[in-house]
Amino acid sequence: MSSPNLDVRDVARLARIELTDEEATTFQAQLGRVLEYVEQLKTLDVSGVEPTAHANPVFNVLREDVSQPGLLREAALANAPHSANNLFVVTKVIE
Amino acid sequence: MSELTDLSISELQAGFRRGEFTPSDALRALEARISAVDPAIDAYLSRDFQTALAAAEKADINLPLGGVPVGIKDAINVLGESCTCSSKMLAGFKSPYDATVISKLRAAGAIPYGRLNMDEFAMGSSTENSAYKKTRNPWDTTRIPGGSSGGSAASVAAREAFATLGSDTGGSIRQPAALCGVVGLKPSYGRVSRYGLVAFASSLDQIGPIARTTRDCASILNVIAGKDFHDSTSLDLPGEDFTAKLGGDLKGAKLGVPKEYFVDGMNPQVRSKVEVAIKRCQELGAEIIEVSLPHTSYAVGVYYIIATAEASANLARFDGVRYGHRAKNPRDLLDHYMRSRDEGFGSEVKRRIILGTYVLSSGYYDAYYLRAQKVRTLIRQDFTNAFEKVDALICPTSPDAAFKIGERVDDPLRMYLADIFTIATNLAGICGISVPCGFVKEDDAHLPVGLQFLGKALDETRLLGIADAYERASGFTTQRPHVV
Repeated sequence: MSSPNLDVRDVARLARIELTDEEATTFQAQLGRVLEYVEQLKTLDVSGVEPTAHANPVFNVLREDVSQPGLLREAALANAPHSANNLFVVTKVIE
Repeated sequence: MSELTDLSISELQAGFRRGEFTPSDALRALEARISAVDPAIDAYLSRDFQTALAAAEKADINLPLGGVPVGIKDAINVLGESCTCSSKMLAGFKSPYDATVISKLRAAGAIPYGRLNMDEFAMGSSTENSAYKKTRNPWDTTRIPGGSSGGSAASVAAREAFATLGSDTGGSIRQPAALCGVVGLKPSYGRVSRYGLVAFASSLDQIGPIARTTRDCASILNVIAGKDFHDSTSLDLPGEDFTAKLGGDLKGAKLGVPKEYFVDGMNPQVRSKVEVAIKRCQELGAEIIEVSLPHTSYAVGVYYIIATAEASANLARFDGVRYGHRAKNPRDLLDHYMRSRDEGFGSEVKRRIILGTYVLSSGYYDAYYLRAQKVRTLIRQDFTNAFEKVDALICPTSPDAAFKIGERVDDPLRMYLADIFTIATNLAGICGISVPCGFVKEDDAHLPVGLQFLGKALDETRLLGIADAYERASGFTTQRPHVV
């Protein structure tokens, strides 16, 4: 069964993932079943329950504002699919 | 004398210190063993023997893990080595730095050796989602080793690693350890720095050891635990010796049996082995108390909302610009992103990113993500209540033994339900360990079963003491598979 609200192609576009027709059909059915399964969460009364975002409530971790060693430029660029003149080369952004 | 590669870390170190053999001997023996068995197991993606040998020759055996080789899951960065997360997205990627756990291992004299196969970006329970190879279970090579740290567990079981590091987001250390018959520890959230671990779900991920014994896991945790300013979730705690309670017994220990962890549909042989193990703990002096974790049946649903939501954000970094796969000749920027990510990611990763994007999207956020976070609070409270009555929980690690390769690949929901007993641990941020508790017979194969102990957050010392007492009394860790 497929979820009435999930349009896999539309969401994949939001996530910037191209899908083949076959993938879209398969994922639509599989994710529909997963969403159907998680519907069970709606049977619980959660009014007045605080959400948990993190297992440890640690907030505002600070350190002294002093510089630390970081990656050297060569190391940062070493894995770039395309670089030139010590810069990352990107696909044209402005038409 | 048994072969060098049969030794636990503590036995290996005793041999070093008695001068019976050197770290270089151990590394050579290990490499010979890998060459002999890994063609049948396929746990390793790569390894660099010469670099490791140079480290072994200089190793200081008086350090806490001096001269001990440790295999590394392919999601943890080791300077200069590949780190692919078993994904085509990161083919050819070379780590520009050491993860904090690797710096700590090196400082303690250990030698990171070998990259271990996994489910792509740690998404999976069988290691079948690797883009590179299928790792096989050493107890029956037609079966999966579990996942996502399948290479890390299978290599330890096959005696082609003394110990390894894995990562556990919903069971990825404990479940493969159970299915391969070895010991796997997921430390509490905040115990170990994740700096240099490729992020999957940041509120759940934790690095931990897989080894032959509980003692070896404790020794590794002693080295890798601690505050790290590179990971703001790591906790600043007083120094602790995690081996402090090893060697004891179970007298006076209160162990809770969560009744929701014995469900219809679990393998009856697995259930029976775990029940025998619980009786054994009772004979060893533990008081067994039935407890309830009433929201257990919601954990898988909560997990697959929270983990995929976090993954969809974490994996947005793979844009084909600074590193990772980039599609050829993009028409424009949108095409660049869409094709790079289509070509780089495998099916399970795409499925989870899409699900995570959906549950975070406008109009669905409250219904899915926010609600899941609230149910997560209820799941955490279940554990808080249980730990008021008991020292640790005792339960199965997985509802099943290792299944056949290919058996569940087309049914993601069924695969997700395999994690039913491990997932809540991560949602609650507590610690858990799987130790072997016997074997079941499936077809002609003898397959290991894992017994899971769960401890409250930051209670690893006590948890390890309990697991060690059971492990030594039961003796299952001394059994090894016969790999060709």
